[in-house]
Order: sequence, then structure tokens, then C-alpha cells
Amino acid sequence: MSTMAAEGTSERLPASQPWNADTAVRLDGVTKRFGHTVALHDAWIKVTRGEFMTLLGPSGCGKTTLLNLVAGFLTSDSGEIFIEGALVTDVPTSERDIGMIFQNYALFPHMTVAANIAYGLKTRGIAREEIATRVAEMLSLMKLAGLEGRKPRELSGGQQQRVALARALVIRPKVLLMDEPFSALDKNLRASMQVEVKEIQRRLGVTTIFVTHDQSEALSLSDRIAVMSDGRIRQIDTPQRIYQQPADRFVASFIGEVAVLRGRLESTDGEVAIVTAGACRNTVAAEPLRALSPGAAVDLFVRPEHLRLVTESEPAAARGTVATHVYQGGHIDVYVDAAEAATGRVLVRVPGDAALGRAPVGACVGVATSGVSAVAFPPKG
Amino acid sequence: MRAAGRALVVVILGFITLPAAVVAIAAFNDRALLSFPPQSLSLRWFVKAFSYRDFQAGFTNGLIVMLASSGIALVVGTAFAFALDRYRFVGRGLIESLLLAPLVVPHFTVGLGFLILAAQLGAMRSFAVVMVCHVVLVLPFVLRSVYISLRNLDRRLELAAESLGARPSRVMFTVTLPLLVPGLVSGWLFAAILSFNEFTASLFVTSQRTQTLPVAMYNYVREYADPTMAAMSLIFIVVTAMLLTIANAFFGLGKVLNVDHGR
Repeated sequence: MSTMAAEGTSERLPASQPWNADTAVRLDGVTKRFGHTVALHDAWIKVTRGEFMTLLGPSGCGKTTLLNLVAGFLTSDSGEIFIEGALVTDVPTSERDIGMIFQNYALFPHMTVAANIAYGLKTRGIAREEIATRVAEMLSLMKLAGLEGRKPRELSGGQQQRVALARALVIRPKVLLMDEPFSALDKNLRASMQVEVKEIQRRLGVTTIFVTHDQSEALSLSDRIAVMSDGRIRQIDTPQRIYQQPADRFVASFIGEVAVLRGRLESTDGEVAIVTAGACRNTVAAEPLRALSPGAAVDLFVRPEHLRLVTESEPAAARGTVATHVYQGGHIDVYVDAAEAATGRVLVRVPGDAALGRAPVGACVGVATSGVSAVAFPPKG
Repeated sequence: MRAAGRALVVVILGFITLPAAVVAIAAFNDRALLSFPPQSLSLRWFVKAFSYRDFQAGFTNGLIVMLASSGIALVVGTAFAFALDRYRFVGRGLIESLLLAPLVVPHFTVGLGFLILAAQLGAMRSFAVVMVCHVVLVLPFVLRSVYISLRNLDRRLELAAESLGARPSRVMFTVTLPLLVPGLVSGWLFAAILSFNEFTASLFVTSQRTQTLPVAMYNYVREYADPTMAAMSLIFIVVTAMLLTIANAFFGLGKVLNVDHGR
């Protein structure tokens, strides 16, 4: 737990750090401004070879700027970018050996599927027979066999996506860059394409940097996630740690549902701290609370699945009335209006459907924490 | 109400096509008068239109001027369109409004201007003056057509080509220009038709040796008033319609006229 902040918020290295053979892409303190706006501030990131790294954040957070800097569509104002050990900060896009998937796929509308896929091989001056072989390989890998003579507009959304992937992967790029590639697909197709892309990425072992604003997409696909906001990288970590041990209030609120309860710091003991919320004691990571002394007010962030509904007489972290139920099949989301909670409304995820009878709308209930599985941050402002 | 609306549409369409229809019928009049309706029919005025020396020369001159001016306008206009679309520079707004507003300066002003310049340079009788004059007149149409196509071009296609290892010139010739073809054809076609039909400015800058077909027709009509003019008109209409039909067959009229933005 103690290493969370150190490892999570930055991958800063001394400038003289030798190239690690496992590293595919590295950004050293990259900053990009548009006029007076800082689109990306002092970004340090290391992407391991074969890794699926997701840049996640709301629109305008700088994730697309970061991707475009790696692609070479933008040039940085300061800092250096390395791909496979080579300094590429000032290298044009065409010399970077990258594969790029655009949100709208950007397939060449005047070329057939086969010509689209062959494009990157032709620019590399590869012999015609080899191009034919490699295009055929890609067509079968991407389940596009039989479509090679079609124009992009004659394909479905999912097929267009596969052609875009085939075109980018056939050149065996050093890194695959994807800019919200699933956002144009409908929900069912999106889910199956996600699985497919992840499988192909793992099979080919291609280093991937993936941009999305969809947190569930990020959690399900990524080896690691870099959470960004306001041009800054907030945390780089595995999906589990991002979800369970968010580095700051922004990460905790942006990823997944969370209830914010008012609590009090009781004591700090090395790496752990005790925080009480109402009658519930919680063990949390001490790192974010370093600056506070016992007795200080803190905000306790708890995921809905780590909260329980209790009766009025039982000890609880907060009390309130049931506002509404949302039936989700395997579980029920119960929204409780609790004046004591910082968010005002608390989401409690109750397995099964017993809550419908035990805590009807309007009932007075308590909300209890489990004692672990929570994080605390100093109050805002 | 619906019937009245339809009748109105028919009346309006009839009114628009009326002059062309009257001229077309008059062209077949056997008598040497521009009277209507004709008493008896013949093709003699078509024979005369094709065999009249000034018209033959005018057709050749017009073709030379048209090919040269529309060709030059295509290259220059495309370059300007790229500059306007891709770069931000001082005076960009001024150039944009100047080149995109061909209606502000009347054709006779352009013709007169080039007449004065040509007189100063002693180039009164050259084709060059006519061609340059026509370039100035048709350039805005090429520019506008290519500019609109460039605006509608998805820049991500060029970025995709770059990401696949294509250097700028390769991107230009394999992605940008092929996708601009409808805009280029449309611009060139407009320029060519305008140049071939242009009369007002041409009257100032052509000489007996360099006169284009419309000027030759004007000189003819000052001396004779027989249906040869009507026959010429019909030939003009048929040739232009054929050009558009060919363009439509190859590219689709929507694309050629730059009104089809679906991709």
C-alpha cells in the first residue's frame, strides 16, 4: 500500500536512465501547449513491450494529445519521446513505425480492402509477392477473407474496424496507437470487438496505447491504465489497483461508482490509518493523509459493493432514507439519501433481490462500511 | 392546391426553357429570316454554321483559349486552394474574398483592363492576352470548387497514410489528389465551359486573328440576321450537354457539381 503513491502517480526517472530492454515507449517530461492552454503537463510514462496501456480521462484531459505526440502528429514543447530505444521527438510520423487506429478508422475510400491493407507495405518498398502473402495472412487473421475486393463503404462497422486493424498491424508496428476505436460501434458489436482486439493484441504481442473516456472499457481491456485529467497524469497502475487504491479524489470519483462519507482520522500507524465514519471503523492507506493529524476531518471513499444496508438499531456509517431501487438482475442498486454523506446520496449494491422487501422506498436505513476496502482523502478545499 | 402547384412548376420550367426552345425551332427554318414559327424546315443553316470560315476559326481559337486558360486556372487555382486551406498567413482573408467573389468585377472591366495593358505592351494581337484574361475570369470557379473539396476532405486520411510510412509527396499523390478528383474535374469543367462561352471580356481582348466563337457570332449577327445564329446556339447547347453527360457517366453529376458530400 505504501508504494502506491510513489509508483502510481509518476514514472519520473533521471534523464540519464539507461534504456530498459523491456520498454517499448517512453515519455520523459513531455509538455504540450496550445496557445496559453497546457494540453499536456510534464508527462512521464513507460510502456512495457507487449503491454496494453490505456490513457483514460474525460474529454479535454490531454489523452488524445499524448497519443498524437507519440504518433508524431504533434510536436512537444519540451521533453523527449522514445520508441524502442530511439529518440523520436523530432522524427516525422512516417519514420516512426507506428500503427494508428482512428476513431472513424480513416480507411482510404478510393481503395479496396486489399489496397488499404497493402498501403503501408508499399510505402516500405516491400516486394510484391511478400505484400500479397502478408495481406492474405492479415485477411485470414482478421476474418476478412473474401472481402479483399470491396470498398470500405461496402463494409459494416465491425468489418471496417477489422480492416483498420489489419492495415495497422500488417506493417508490424513498434507500437499500436488506438484513438477511441470502439466509440462508433453499437453496444453489442463493441463488446465483441473489444474481446477480439484484446485477443489479437495478446497473440501478436504488440505494444498498444489505447485512448478512451469509457472507464469500463479501460478496466476490462488494459494491462495498465494511466488516468488523466487537466493535462496531467493522475495515476498509472493496474486496473485492480486503480479501482481499489485510487491515488487521489479525481481517480476515485472518475473510475466506477463511489460513495463519499464524512469521517474522522483516529490514528496513524506507519502505512495504515484508522478512520471512523459514524459508528464504523475503517482501516485505510495512510499515504494520502500524511499531512493530517488525529482528529482531522477526512472524506471516506467507499465502493457500492463494499457497503451494506443495516437496520436503524445497528451501528452505521451514515443514516438516511431509501430513495430508489434499480434492479440489475444479479444485484440491486439501492440509492439512499443520507444527509451525512458528502455526496448527499449513497449507492449501495445489494446482492440478490431481498432488499426490495427489506428496505422499501422511503424506509429509514443505515449504511455500514466493511471496515476495509475503502480509501480516505483530505476534504476538498 | 396540389394541381395548382404542379401547374406553377410546369409554367416556370416552360418559361426557363422557352428561349432555348424558340431558338432550337428557329434553327430549322428554311427561310433566311429569324421568324417564328417556321413555314418549312431544312438543315441548311447548320451546314452554313459548320462551313462559315470565321466560325471554323473561332471554334479553333476558342478551343485553344479554353484548353490553355482552364488548364492554367486548374493548376493555379488548386495551388491557391491548398494555400488557403492549409496555411494561415497575412492577407489570407483578403485573398479569399477576392478570389471567391468573381461577381464583383464585371467582365467588361476585366476585358478593358487587359486591353489597356496589352496596348501598352504591344501585345494587342496575341493569344496570350486572351488566355490570361480568361484565366483571371475562370480562376475563382476552379478555386472555389477545389477549396470546397479540400474542406470536405478528412485530414485523418492523410494522417493515416503518414502513419503507414508515406512521406508528404506520396500522401499527396496516393491519397489527397485522388480524393480531390471530383472537385478538380468539377472546377475544370466549369472553367472550360465558361471560357468557351465568354463574350464580354473577349470582345475587348480578341483581334480578327484571335477571335473566339462567341465574338465571331457577334460579328456575324451585326451583318446578317439569318437562322445561322440559331443553328450555332443549338450546337453550343448540344456540345455542352454532351460534355456534362460524359462527366456524369464518369464521376456522377452530384460529385462533379460538388453537391454530393456523402461518403
